[in-house]
Amino acid sequence: MLLSASGIHHRFGSLVVLNKVDFSVSSGEAVGIVGPNGAGKTTLLNVLAGALRPLAGEVRFRDAAITGLDAAERCRLGIGRSHQIPRPFLGMTVFENLITAAMHGGRFLAEEGHQRCIDSLQLTGMMQVANRRADTLGLLDRKRLELARALATDPALLLLDEIGGGLTDGEAAELVGIILEIRRRGITIVWIEHIVHILVQVVGRLICMDAGQVIADGDPKTVLGDKEVIDAYLGGVAA
Amino acid sequence: MSWINILIPGILLGGYYALLASGLSFLFGVMRIINLAHGSLAVLAAYAIWIMADRHEINPFIGVLILLPFMAMLGWALHRLIFERSLKGGALIPILSTFGLAMLIDNLLFQNFGADTRSLAPYVDSLAYDSWELPGNVYVGQLSVIVFVTALLVLGGLHLLLAHTHLGRRIRAAAQDSDAAQLVGIDARRTYAIASAIALMLVALAGLSLALRTTFDPYAGPLQLIFAFEAVVIGGAGSLWGTLLGGVILGVAQSVGAHVHPQGFLIAGHLVFLIILIARLYVLDRLAVGLRRLRGGSQ
Repeated sequence: MLLSASGIHHRFGSLVVLNKVDFSVSSGEAVGIVGPNGAGKTTLLNVLAGALRPLAGEVRFRDAAITGLDAAERCRLGIGRSHQIPRPFLGMTVFENLITAAMHGGRFLAEEGHQRCIDSLQLTGMMQVANRRADTLGLLDRKRLELARALATDPALLLLDEIGGGLTDGEAAELVGIILEIRRRGITIVWIEHIVHILVQVVGRLICMDAGQVIADGDPKTVLGDKEVIDAYLGGVAA
Repeated sequence: MSWINILIPGILLGGYYALLASGLSFLFGVMRIINLAHGSLAVLAAYAIWIMADRHEINPFIGVLILLPFMAMLGWALHRLIFERSLKGGALIPILSTFGLAMLIDNLLFQNFGADTRSLAPYVDSLAYDSWELPGNVYVGQLSVIVFVTALLVLGGLHLLLAHTHLGRRIRAAAQDSDAAQLVGIDARRTYAIASAIALMLVALAGLSLALRTTFDPYAGPLQLIFAFEAVVIGGAGSLWGTLLGGVILGVAQSVGAHVHPQGFLIAGHLVFLIILIARLYVLDRLAVGLRRLRGGSQ
Protein backbone atom coordinates (compact mmCIF):
# COMPACT_ATOMS: atom_id res chain seq x y z
CA MET A 1 0.00 0.00 0.00
CA LEU A 2 1.32 3.42 -0.92
CA LEU A 3 -1.23 5.33 1.13
CA SER A 4 -3.90 4.14 3.48
CA ALA A 5 -6.37 5.84 5.73
CA SER A 6 -8.34 3.96 8.32
CA GLY A 7 -11.24 4.90 10.54
CA ILE A 8 -11.18 8.52 9.39
CA HIS A 9 -13.83 10.43 11.26
CA HIS A 10 -14.58 14.12 11.04
CA ARG A 11 -17.45 16.49 11.57
CA PHE A 12 -18.09 20.19 11.16
CA GLY A 13 -20.27 21.18 14.10
CA SER A 14 -22.92 18.47 14.35
CA LEU A 15 -22.62 17.49 10.69
CA VAL A 16 -20.64 14.26 10.29
CA VAL A 17 -18.70 14.68 7.02
CA LEU A 18 -16.53 11.59 7.24
CA ASN A 19 -17.99 8.61 9.05
CA LYS A 20 -15.23 6.09 9.82
CA VAL A 21 -13.93 6.03 6.26
CA ASP A 22 -11.33 3.48 5.19
CA PHE A 23 -9.42 4.24 2.02
CA SER A 24 -6.27 2.92 0.45
CA VAL A 25 -4.39 3.13 -2.81
CA SER A 26 -1.47 1.04 -4.01
CA SER A 27 1.52 2.22 -5.93
CA GLY A 28 0.85 2.92 -9.61
CA GLU A 29 -2.90 2.81 -9.25
CA ALA A 30 -5.31 5.52 -10.45
CA VAL A 31 -8.42 5.87 -8.33
CA GLY A 32 -11.41 8.07 -9.06
CA ILE A 33 -13.77 9.36 -6.40
CA VAL A 34 -17.32 10.38 -7.26
CA GLY A 35 -20.31 11.27 -5.16
CA PRO A 36 -22.96 13.96 -4.71
CA ASN A 37 -22.07 17.39 -3.34
CA GLY A 38 -21.47 17.24 0.39
CA ALA A 39 -20.52 13.55 0.31
CA GLY A 40 -17.17 14.36 1.94
CA LYS A 41 -14.89 13.90 -1.08
CA THR A 42 -12.91 17.10 -0.73
CA THR A 43 -12.78 16.69 3.04
CA LEU A 44 -11.25 13.25 2.55
CA LEU A 45 -8.70 14.72 0.14
CA ASN A 46 -7.89 17.43 2.70
CA VAL A 47 -7.27 14.75 5.31
CA LEU A 48 -4.99 12.83 2.94
CA ALA A 49 -3.08 15.98 1.95
CA GLY A 50 -2.68 17.20 5.51
CA ALA A 51 -4.77 20.36 5.16
CA LEU A 52 -7.19 19.04 7.77
CA ARG A 53 -6.51 16.92 10.80
CA PRO A 54 -9.35 14.41 11.35
CA LEU A 55 -10.96 13.98 14.77
CA ALA A 56 -10.18 10.27 14.65
CA GLY A 57 -8.39 7.84 12.38
CA GLU A 58 -4.94 7.26 11.00
CA VAL A 59 -3.24 8.07 7.70
CA ARG A 60 -0.22 6.01 6.63
CA PHE A 61 2.12 6.67 3.73
CA ARG A 62 4.70 4.05 2.71
CA ASP A 63 4.02 2.20 5.98
CA ALA A 64 4.70 5.19 8.23
CA ALA A 65 2.04 7.06 10.17
CA ILE A 66 1.74 10.63 8.84
CA THR A 67 -1.45 11.68 10.63
CA GLY A 68 0.40 14.36 12.60
CA LEU A 69 2.30 15.87 9.65
CA ASP A 70 1.15 19.10 8.00
CA ALA A 71 0.70 19.67 4.27
CA ALA A 72 4.23 20.99 3.76
CA GLU A 73 5.82 17.96 5.38
CA ARG A 74 3.61 15.56 3.43
CA CYS A 75 4.46 17.38 0.22
CA ARG A 76 8.14 16.84 0.89
CA LEU A 77 7.42 13.13 1.48
CA GLY A 78 5.84 12.89 -1.96
CA ILE A 79 2.15 13.74 -1.72
CA GLY A 80 1.21 16.41 -4.27
CA ARG A 81 -2.15 18.09 -4.53
CA SER A 82 -4.06 20.34 -6.90
CA HIS A 83 -6.98 22.51 -5.91
CA GLN A 84 -10.45 22.64 -7.41
CA ILE A 85 -10.03 26.40 -7.81
CA PRO A 86 -6.45 26.97 -8.98
CA ARG A 87 -4.29 28.83 -6.50
CA PRO A 88 -1.18 29.90 -8.36
CA PHE A 89 1.23 32.43 -6.87
CA LEU A 90 -0.12 35.27 -8.99
CA GLY A 91 2.74 37.74 -8.73
CA MET A 92 5.22 35.22 -10.09
CA THR A 93 5.86 33.87 -13.56
CA VAL A 94 4.82 30.31 -14.37
CA PHE A 95 8.43 29.21 -14.16
CA GLU A 96 8.93 30.87 -10.78
CA ASN A 97 5.82 29.10 -9.51
CA LEU A 98 7.37 25.80 -10.51
CA ILE A 99 10.88 26.46 -9.29
CA THR A 100 9.50 27.45 -5.89
CA ALA A 101 7.64 24.15 -5.75
CA ALA A 102 10.63 22.15 -6.98
CA MET A 103 13.08 23.70 -4.51
CA HIS A 104 10.91 23.32 -1.44
CA GLY A 105 8.50 20.50 -2.09
CA GLY A 106 10.85 18.47 -4.26
CA ARG A 107 14.03 19.44 -2.42
CA PHE A 108 15.84 19.68 -5.73
CA LEU A 109 19.10 21.54 -6.03
CA ALA A 110 19.51 24.25 -8.64
CA GLU A 111 20.31 22.41 -11.89
CA GLU A 112 18.16 19.40 -11.12
CA GLY A 113 15.32 21.70 -10.08
CA HIS A 114 15.41 23.59 -13.37
CA GLN A 115 15.37 20.33 -15.28
CA ARG A 116 12.40 19.18 -13.26
CA CYS A 117 10.51 22.39 -14.02
CA ILE A 118 11.19 22.15 -17.74
CA ASP A 119 9.98 18.57 -17.63
CA SER A 120 6.76 19.61 -15.87
CA LEU A 121 6.27 22.44 -18.36
CA GLN A 122 6.65 20.09 -21.30
CA LEU A 123 4.39 17.47 -19.83
CA THR A 124 1.60 19.96 -19.21
CA GLY A 125 2.17 21.83 -22.47
CA MET A 126 3.06 25.11 -20.79
CA MET A 127 6.45 25.79 -22.39
CA GLN A 128 5.21 28.76 -24.42
CA VAL A 129 3.76 30.52 -21.37
CA ALA A 130 6.65 29.74 -18.99
CA ASN A 131 7.63 33.39 -18.65
CA ARG A 132 4.14 34.81 -18.37
CA ARG A 133 2.94 36.02 -15.01
CA ALA A 134 0.44 33.62 -13.49
CA ASP A 135 -2.21 36.34 -13.14
CA THR A 136 -2.36 36.74 -16.93
CA LEU A 137 -3.34 33.11 -17.49
CA GLY A 138 -6.82 31.90 -18.40
CA LEU A 139 -8.64 29.09 -16.62
CA LEU A 140 -7.25 26.14 -18.60
CA ASP A 141 -3.69 27.39 -18.22
CA ARG A 142 -4.23 27.98 -14.51
CA LYS A 143 -5.44 24.39 -14.18
CA ARG A 144 -2.40 23.20 -16.07
CA LEU A 145 -0.17 25.32 -13.86
CA GLU A 146 -1.81 23.79 -10.80
CA LEU A 147 -0.91 20.36 -12.20
CA ALA A 148 2.58 21.40 -13.28
CA ARG A 149 3.31 22.89 -9.88
CA ALA A 150 2.23 19.72 -8.12
CA LEU A 151 4.39 17.69 -10.51
CA ALA A 152 7.41 19.89 -9.86
CA THR A 153 7.41 18.75 -6.22
CA ASP A 154 8.20 15.24 -7.52
CA PRO A 155 5.19 13.47 -6.04
CA ALA A 156 4.76 9.71 -5.76
CA LEU A 157 1.06 10.35 -5.21
CA LEU A 158 -0.99 13.08 -6.84
CA LEU A 159 -4.31 14.18 -5.35
CA LEU A 160 -6.50 15.97 -7.89
CA ASP A 161 -9.60 17.88 -6.84
CA GLU A 162 -12.09 18.47 -9.67
CA ILE A 163 -9.46 19.58 -12.09
CA GLY A 164 -11.89 19.16 -15.02
CA GLY A 165 -14.54 21.51 -13.61
CA GLY A 166 -15.38 24.52 -15.78
CA LEU A 167 -13.56 23.29 -18.87
CA THR A 168 -14.99 22.75 -22.35
CA ASP A 169 -15.02 19.21 -23.78
CA GLY A 170 -11.97 19.92 -25.91
CA GLU A 171 -10.04 21.35 -23.00
CA ALA A 172 -11.07 18.43 -20.80
CA ALA A 173 -9.84 15.98 -23.43
CA GLU A 174 -6.47 17.71 -23.44
CA LEU A 175 -6.33 17.44 -19.66
CA VAL A 176 -7.09 13.72 -19.83
CA GLY A 177 -4.11 13.28 -22.15
CA ILE A 178 -1.83 14.98 -19.64
CA ILE A 179 -3.09 12.94 -16.71
CA LEU A 180 -2.75 9.68 -18.67
CA GLU A 181 0.87 10.59 -19.35
CA ILE A 182 1.40 11.34 -15.64
CA ARG A 183 -0.03 7.94 -14.81
CA ARG A 184 2.17 6.27 -17.42
CA ARG A 185 5.18 7.66 -15.59
CA GLY A 186 4.21 5.66 -12.53
CA ILE A 187 2.72 8.43 -10.41
CA THR A 188 -0.20 7.20 -8.35
CA ILE A 189 -3.36 9.26 -8.81
CA VAL A 190 -6.40 9.92 -6.64
CA TRP A 191 -8.86 12.05 -8.57
CA ILE A 192 -12.16 13.58 -7.47
CA GLU A 193 -14.30 14.49 -10.46
CA HIS A 194 -17.91 15.18 -11.29
CA ILE A 195 -17.37 14.75 -15.02
CA VAL A 196 -17.55 10.97 -14.93
CA HIS A 197 -16.89 10.34 -18.62
CA ILE A 198 -13.45 11.93 -18.49
CA LEU A 199 -12.68 10.29 -15.18
CA VAL A 200 -13.27 6.76 -16.44
CA GLN A 201 -10.83 7.34 -19.29
CA VAL A 202 -8.04 7.47 -16.75
CA VAL A 203 -8.87 5.53 -13.60
CA GLY A 204 -8.81 1.80 -13.12
CA ARG A 205 -10.79 1.86 -9.93
CA LEU A 206 -13.73 3.96 -8.86
CA ILE A 207 -15.02 4.85 -5.41
CA CYS A 208 -18.42 6.37 -4.74
CA MET A 209 -19.04 8.31 -1.54
CA ASP A 210 -22.28 9.46 -0.03
CA ALA A 211 -23.00 11.17 3.30
CA GLY A 212 -19.50 10.66 4.62
CA GLN A 213 -19.24 6.99 3.73
CA VAL A 214 -17.83 4.88 0.93
CA ILE A 215 -20.82 3.15 -0.64
CA ALA A 216 -19.08 1.43 -3.55
CA ASP A 217 -15.51 0.60 -4.50
CA GLY A 218 -14.24 -1.36 -7.48
CA ASP A 219 -14.16 -1.55 -11.26
CA PRO A 220 -15.61 1.69 -12.74
CA LYS A 221 -18.24 -0.09 -14.82
CA THR A 222 -19.48 -2.16 -11.90
CA VAL A 223 -19.56 0.85 -9.57
CA LEU A 224 -21.47 3.00 -12.05
CA GLY A 225 -23.96 0.19 -12.53
CA ASP A 226 -24.50 -0.30 -8.80
CA LYS A 227 -28.05 0.45 -7.72
CA GLU A 228 -27.04 2.29 -4.56
CA VAL A 229 -24.66 4.49 -6.58
CA ILE A 230 -27.33 5.29 -9.14
CA ASP A 231 -29.74 6.29 -6.39
CA ALA A 232 -27.24 8.41 -4.50
CA TYR A 233 -25.26 10.04 -7.26
CA LEU A 234 -26.74 9.71 -10.68
CA GLY A 235 -30.03 10.62 -9.09
CA GLY A 236 -33.39 8.99 -8.81
CA VAL A 237 -34.17 10.39 -12.29
CA ALA A 238 -32.51 7.55 -14.14
CA ALA A 239 -33.91 4.93 -11.83
CA MET B 1 19.50 78.56 -4.85
CA SER B 2 17.64 78.59 -1.58
CA TRP B 3 15.04 76.19 -3.00
CA ILE B 4 17.73 73.66 -3.77
CA ASN B 5 18.94 73.99 -0.21
CA ILE B 6 15.42 73.14 0.91
CA LEU B 7 14.73 70.40 -1.60
CA ILE B 8 17.94 68.43 -1.17
CA PRO B 9 17.72 68.09 2.61
CA GLY B 10 14.06 67.18 2.13
CA ILE B 11 14.91 64.42 -0.31
CA LEU B 12 17.69 63.14 1.94
CA LEU B 13 15.36 63.24 4.95
CA GLY B 14 13.04 61.11 2.81
CA GLY B 15 15.79 58.50 2.75
CA TYR B 16 15.58 58.27 6.52
CA TYR B 17 11.80 57.91 6.37
CA ALA B 18 12.11 55.22 3.72
CA LEU B 19 14.61 53.32 5.88
CA LEU B 20 12.31 53.72 8.87
CA ALA B 21 9.29 52.61 6.87
CA SER B 22 10.93 49.66 5.11
CA GLY B 23 10.48 47.31 8.08
CA LEU B 24 6.86 48.34 8.54
CA SER B 25 6.17 47.99 4.83
CA PHE B 26 7.92 44.62 4.59
CA LEU B 27 6.05 43.11 7.53
CA PHE B 28 2.75 44.38 6.18
CA GLY B 29 3.52 43.14 2.69
CA VAL B 30 4.42 39.65 3.81
CA MET B 31 2.10 39.02 6.74
CA ARG B 32 -0.55 41.76 6.58
CA ILE B 33 0.46 42.81 10.08
CA ILE B 34 0.37 46.50 10.95
CA ASN B 35 3.06 46.62 13.58
CA LEU B 36 2.23 49.54 15.86
CA ALA B 37 5.32 48.78 17.94
CA HIS B 38 7.52 49.63 14.96
CA GLY B 39 8.60 53.06 16.23
CA SER B 40 9.12 51.85 19.78
CA LEU B 41 11.23 48.94 18.56
CA ALA B 42 13.39 51.40 16.62
CA VAL B 43 13.87 53.44 19.80
CA LEU B 44 14.67 50.24 21.70
CA ALA B 45 17.37 49.50 19.12
CA ALA B 46 18.65 53.07 19.49
CA TYR B 47 19.00 52.56 23.25
CA ALA B 48 20.82 49.26 22.74
CA ILE B 49 23.36 50.94 20.45
CA TRP B 50 23.60 53.89 22.82
CA ILE B 51 24.44 51.59 25.77
CA MET B 52 27.18 49.93 23.75
CA ALA B 53 28.59 53.33 22.78
CA ASP B 54 28.24 54.98 26.18
CA ARG B 55 29.20 52.17 28.54
CA HIS B 56 31.53 50.08 26.40
CA GLU B 57 32.87 52.65 23.95
CA ILE B 58 31.76 50.68 20.93
CA ASN B 59 31.44 52.77 17.78
CA PRO B 60 27.72 52.95 16.83
CA PHE B 61 28.42 51.57 13.35
CA ILE B 62 30.06 48.51 14.93
CA GLY B 63 27.35 48.45 17.58
CA VAL B 64 24.58 48.08 15.02
CA LEU B 65 26.38 45.09 13.49
CA ILE B 66 26.52 43.45 16.92
CA LEU B 67 22.85 44.28 17.44
CA LEU B 68 21.59 42.86 14.12
CA PRO B 69 21.62 39.15 15.09
CA PHE B 70 19.90 39.97 18.37
CA MET B 71 17.21 41.94 16.57
CA ALA B 72 16.76 38.99 14.20
CA MET B 73 16.24 36.70 17.19
CA LEU B 74 13.84 39.20 18.71
CA GLY B 75 11.92 39.22 15.42
CA TRP B 76 11.74 35.43 15.43
CA ALA B 77 10.53 35.45 19.05
CA LEU B 78 7.97 38.20 18.41
CA HIS B 79 6.57 36.16 15.56
CA ARG B 80 6.20 33.04 17.67
CA LEU B 81 4.87 34.84 20.75
CA ILE B 82 2.76 37.67 19.35
CA PHE B 83 2.34 37.95 15.56
CA GLU B 84 1.43 34.34 14.87
CA ARG B 85 -1.00 34.05 17.75
CA SER B 86 -2.71 37.36 17.14
CA LEU B 87 -3.03 36.78 13.36
CA LYS B 88 -5.27 33.83 14.12
CA GLY B 89 -7.71 36.24 15.77
CA GLY B 90 -8.34 38.32 12.64
CA ALA B 91 -7.05 41.63 11.31
CA LEU B 92 -7.75 43.73 14.40
CA ILE B 93 -5.96 41.67 17.03
CA PRO B 94 -2.39 42.25 15.69
CA ILE B 95 -3.05 46.00 15.85
CA LEU B 96 -4.10 45.74 19.49
CA SER B 97 -1.33 43.39 20.52
CA THR B 98 1.43 45.41 18.85
CA PHE B 99 -0.03 48.57 20.39
CA GLY B 100 0.28 46.86 23.76
CA LEU B 101 3.83 45.86 22.92
CA ALA B 102 4.63 49.50 22.07
CA MET B 103 3.36 50.68 25.45
CA LEU B 104 5.32 47.97 27.19
CA ILE B 105 8.55 48.94 25.43
CA ASP B 106 8.06 52.70 25.95
CA ASN B 107 7.44 52.32 29.66
CA LEU B 108 10.19 49.80 30.26
CA LEU B 109 12.59 52.21 28.56
CA PHE B 110 11.29 55.05 30.71
CA GLN B 111 11.71 52.99 33.86
CA ASN B 112 15.29 52.10 32.99
CA PHE B 113 16.59 55.24 31.35
CA GLY B 114 14.39 58.04 32.71
CA ALA B 115 13.14 60.96 30.69
CA ASP B 116 16.56 62.23 29.57
CA THR B 117 17.01 62.71 25.87
CA ARG B 118 19.99 60.96 24.32
CA SER B 119 21.76 61.00 21.01
CA LEU B 120 24.45 58.97 19.30
CA ALA B 121 25.83 62.08 17.59
CA PRO B 122 28.57 62.61 20.24
CA TYR B 123 29.98 59.15 19.58
CA VAL B 124 30.76 59.62 15.90
CA ASP B 125 33.00 62.71 16.08
CA SER B 126 31.49 65.47 13.99
CA LEU B 127 29.85 63.26 11.36
CA ALA B 128 26.39 64.39 12.44
CA TYR B 129 27.23 68.03 11.61
CA ASP B 130 29.69 67.73 8.74
CA SER B 131 28.54 68.60 5.29
CA TRP B 132 29.85 68.68 1.78
CA GLU B 133 29.65 71.83 -0.27
CA LEU B 134 28.51 71.34 -3.83
CA PRO B 135 29.06 73.92 -6.57
CA GLY B 136 26.63 76.81 -6.28
CA ASN B 137 26.62 77.18 -2.51
CA VAL B 138 24.65 73.99 -1.95
CA TYR B 139 25.34 72.09 1.26
CA VAL B 140 24.49 68.46 1.91
CA GLY B 141 24.86 66.83 5.32
CA GLN B 142 27.23 63.86 5.20
CA LEU B 143 25.13 61.81 7.61
CA SER B 144 21.98 62.47 5.58
CA VAL B 145 23.72 61.23 2.46
CA ILE B 146 24.92 58.10 4.29
CA VAL B 147 21.40 57.40 5.55
CA PHE B 148 19.92 58.00 2.10
CA VAL B 149 22.41 55.65 0.45
CA THR B 150 21.76 53.06 3.16
CA ALA B 151 18.05 53.30 2.45
CA LEU B 152 18.71 52.77 -1.27
CA LEU B 153 20.92 49.78 -0.54
CA VAL B 154 18.43 48.28 1.89
CA LEU B 155 15.44 48.70 -0.43
CA GLY B 156 17.46 47.50 -3.43
CA GLY B 157 18.72 44.55 -1.44
CA LEU B 158 15.20 43.64 -0.33
CA HIS B 159 14.02 43.91 -3.90
CA LEU B 160 16.77 41.60 -5.14
CA LEU B 161 16.12 39.19 -2.27
CA LEU B 162 12.41 38.99 -3.04
CA ALA B 163 12.70 38.92 -6.81
CA HIS B 164 15.68 36.68 -7.44
CA THR B 165 16.40 34.31 -4.57
CA HIS B 166 14.79 31.12 -3.42
CA LEU B 167 14.18 32.61 0.01
CA GLY B 168 12.51 35.56 -1.70
CA ARG B 169 10.20 33.39 -3.77
CA ARG B 170 9.43 31.39 -0.67
CA ILE B 171 8.49 34.58 1.18
CA ARG B 172 6.37 35.81 -1.74
CA ALA B 173 4.62 32.47 -2.03
CA ALA B 174 3.80 32.37 1.68
CA ALA B 175 2.76 36.03 1.60
CA GLN B 176 0.33 35.43 -1.20
CA ASP B 177 -1.31 32.19 -0.15
CA SER B 178 0.05 30.37 2.87
CA ASP B 179 -2.11 27.29 2.25
CA ALA B 180 -0.96 26.93 -1.34
CA ALA B 181 2.62 27.50 -0.17
CA GLN B 182 2.22 24.61 2.27
CA LEU B 183 1.08 22.46 -0.64
CA VAL B 184 4.34 22.92 -2.47
CA GLY B 185 6.32 22.04 0.63
CA ILE B 186 6.97 25.49 2.06
CA ASP B 187 6.89 25.73 5.84
CA ALA B 188 4.83 28.94 6.00
CA ARG B 189 5.30 29.34 9.73
CA ARG B 190 9.06 29.28 9.45
CA THR B 191 8.98 31.60 6.45
CA TYR B 192 6.96 34.16 8.41
CA ALA B 193 9.40 33.91 11.30
CA ILE B 194 12.28 34.63 8.89
CA ALA B 195 10.37 37.61 7.47
CA SER B 196 9.86 38.96 11.01
CA ALA B 197 13.56 38.56 11.70
CA ILE B 198 14.38 40.54 8.55
CA ALA B 199 11.88 43.27 9.50
CA LEU B 200 13.46 43.65 12.94
CA MET B 201 16.94 43.93 11.41
CA LEU B 202 15.60 46.79 9.30
CA VAL B 203 14.27 48.32 12.52
CA ALA B 204 17.79 48.23 13.99
CA LEU B 205 19.14 50.24 11.04
CA ALA B 206 16.30 52.72 11.42
CA GLY B 207 17.05 53.05 15.16
CA LEU B 208 20.70 53.80 14.42
CA SER B 209 19.79 56.47 11.87
CA LEU B 210 17.28 58.05 14.22
CA ALA B 211 19.77 58.23 17.07
CA LEU B 212 22.56 59.62 14.90
CA ARG B 213 20.61 62.38 13.22
CA THR B 214 18.65 63.61 16.21
CA THR B 215 17.86 63.01 19.87
CA PHE B 216 15.56 60.37 21.26
CA ASP B 217 13.84 59.59 24.54
CA PRO B 218 11.72 56.66 25.78
CA TYR B 219 8.56 58.10 24.25
CA ALA B 220 10.03 58.94 20.84
CA GLY B 221 8.63 55.76 19.28
CA PRO B 222 5.06 56.78 18.45
CA LEU B 223 6.12 59.84 16.42
CA GLN B 224 8.53 57.69 14.40
CA LEU B 225 5.71 55.22 13.86
CA ILE B 226 3.57 58.01 12.44
CA PHE B 227 6.31 59.10 10.03
CA ALA B 228 6.86 55.52 8.92
CA PHE B 229 3.15 54.98 8.54
CA GLU B 230 2.74 58.14 6.47
CA ALA B 231 5.60 57.15 4.18
CA VAL B 232 4.11 53.68 3.68
CA VAL B 233 0.62 54.97 2.96
CA ILE B 234 1.79 57.74 0.60
CA GLY B 235 3.91 55.27 -1.36
CA GLY B 236 1.41 52.41 -1.39
CA ALA B 237 1.35 49.76 1.31
CA GLY B 238 3.62 46.80 0.75
CA SER B 239 5.49 48.30 -2.21
CA LEU B 240 9.19 48.80 -1.51
CA TRP B 241 10.00 51.43 -4.12
CA GLY B 242 6.72 53.10 -3.27
CA THR B 243 8.01 53.34 0.27
CA LEU B 244 11.07 55.26 -0.95
CA LEU B 245 8.87 57.59 -2.96
CA GLY B 246 6.55 58.04 0.03
CA GLY B 247 9.50 58.86 2.29
CA VAL B 248 10.85 61.42 -0.15
CA ILE B 249 7.46 63.09 -0.63
CA LEU B 250 7.03 63.30 3.14
CA GLY B 251 10.58 64.62 3.66
CA VAL B 252 10.25 67.28 0.99
CA ALA B 253 6.84 68.36 2.29
CA GLN B 254 8.20 68.75 5.81
CA SER B 255 11.25 70.58 4.56
CA VAL B 256 9.18 73.02 2.53
CA GLY B 257 6.72 73.42 5.42
CA ALA B 258 9.52 74.31 7.81
CA HIS B 259 10.72 76.96 5.37
CA VAL B 260 7.28 78.52 5.01
CA HIS B 261 6.65 78.70 8.73
CA PRO B 262 8.91 77.74 11.67
CA GLN B 263 6.25 75.37 12.95
CA GLY B 264 5.20 74.13 9.54
CA PHE B 265 7.41 71.03 9.61
CA LEU B 266 4.93 68.51 11.03
CA ILE B 267 1.79 70.17 9.72
CA ALA B 268 3.01 70.18 6.12
CA GLY B 269 3.91 66.49 6.33
CA HIS B 270 0.53 65.53 7.77
CA LEU B 271 -1.30 67.70 5.22
CA VAL B 272 0.42 66.07 2.26
CA PHE B 273 -0.28 62.67 3.78
CA LEU B 274 -3.98 63.45 4.13
CA ILE B 275 -4.25 64.98 0.66
CA ILE B 276 -2.64 61.93 -0.93
CA LEU B 277 -4.75 59.57 1.14
CA ILE B 278 -7.96 61.28 0.04
CA ALA B 279 -6.78 61.61 -3.55
CA ARG B 280 -5.98 57.93 -3.60
CA LEU B 281 -9.42 57.01 -2.33
CA TYR B 282 -11.40 59.24 -4.66
CA VAL B 283 -9.32 59.95 -7.71
CA LEU B 284 -6.58 57.42 -8.31
CA ASP B 285 -8.79 54.36 -7.95
CA ARG B 286 -11.27 55.74 -10.44
CA LEU B 287 -8.43 56.67 -12.75
CA ALA B 288 -7.02 53.16 -12.53
CA VAL B 289 -10.41 51.63 -13.31
CA GLY B 290 -10.84 53.98 -16.25
CA LEU B 291 -7.41 53.17 -17.64
CA ARG B 292 -8.06 49.46 -17.33
CA ARG B 293 -11.32 49.84 -19.21
CA LEU B 294 -9.54 51.76 -21.97
CA ARG B 295 -6.97 49.03 -22.33
CA GLY B 296 -9.73 46.54 -23.03
CA GLY B 297 -10.37 45.13 -19.59
CA SER B 298 -7.63 42.50 -19.47
CA GLN B 299 -8.69 41.46 -15.98
